[in-house]
Amino acid sequence: MSETTHHAAEEGHNHPGAKQYLGIAIVLTLITAVEVAVFYIPSMKPMLVPTLLSLSALKFALVAMFYMHLKFDARIFSWLFVVPMVIATFVILALLKLFGHW
Amino acid sequence: MAVADVAHAGAHEPHHTSTGLNSRKMVFWAFLGSECMFFGSLIATYLVYKGRDSVGPHPHEILNIPFTSVSAFVLLMSSLTMVLALAGVQRGDNRATKIWLAATALLGMMFIGGQCYEFTHFVMEGLKLQTNLFGCSFFVLTGFHGTHVTVGVIWLWTLFVQASRNKLPKEKALDVEIAGLYWHFVDVVWIAIFTLIYLLQ
Repeated sequence: MSETTHHAAEEGHNHPGAKQYLGIAIVLTLITAVEVAVFYIPSMKPMLVPTLLSLSALKFALVAMFYMHLKFDARIFSWLFVVPMVIATFVILALLKLFGHW
Repeated sequence: MAVADVAHAGAHEPHHTSTGLNSRKMVFWAFLGSECMFFGSLIATYLVYKGRDSVGPHPHEILNIPFTSVSAFVLLMSSLTMVLALAGVQRGDNRATKIWLAATALLGMMFIGGQCYEFTHFVMEGLKLQTNLFGCSFFVLTGFHGTHVTVGVIWLWTLFVQASRNKLPKEKALDVEIAGLYWHFVDVVWIAIFTLIYLLQ
């Protein structure tokens, strides 16, 4: 297999099928429902921030990996997306620290 | 594997690149990376100014969680219809492509309609861009996101017109895939906004 062909194959031509897409959509819907439920449960207040951030990160990852095909495409696409996202997250945390939010 | 087979299998133009990867897709991922930092800066601005207003309305007084939850659900479902449109064009099913592209665009329009309603409601409640820090950072952040959704909706309708004219064969599936990447990106940005702005008040 030539390099070009190999990379083309790497670009992910084994994308998921309709059933898997539907399964992901159901999981995403359930996570959203849990997020909203957690928001309204008073006893969850102390755990609200870590719970919601974790659920949100899970939804984000599922969409990026399966709907945007990062799980199946060439690794460089993941790097092009994840590196700026990490920088953006770092900037957010640095500014929150700088402005005395934590 | 012949070059034509590669193009067929992956819907990538059989042009030579040093990486062997499609240049359009590579550039688009780089663009999405820059968009991550753009929205990151807007989210940072919102969070930095959060809780520093002496005048209202404040987030907990005005944000409507049930309504926004439905909007979030609508946008999530539009991501499903988008991947189904991509699956349709990749197998050469023009009818399915048209149906799912139209469904995605309509769900996007529904989301925009919801945002217009929300903005109108907020203005009537006394929250404007210049009212306080919350109003300014909230409208700028969600307004930019809404603009991105609007651009996506226009893009989807242009693809729909192409498909209606039978000008979207499976060899051009990459056009739909790139539009899909953009659409899913606005979805993941909303996932972050929904949690950070609406749920973590």
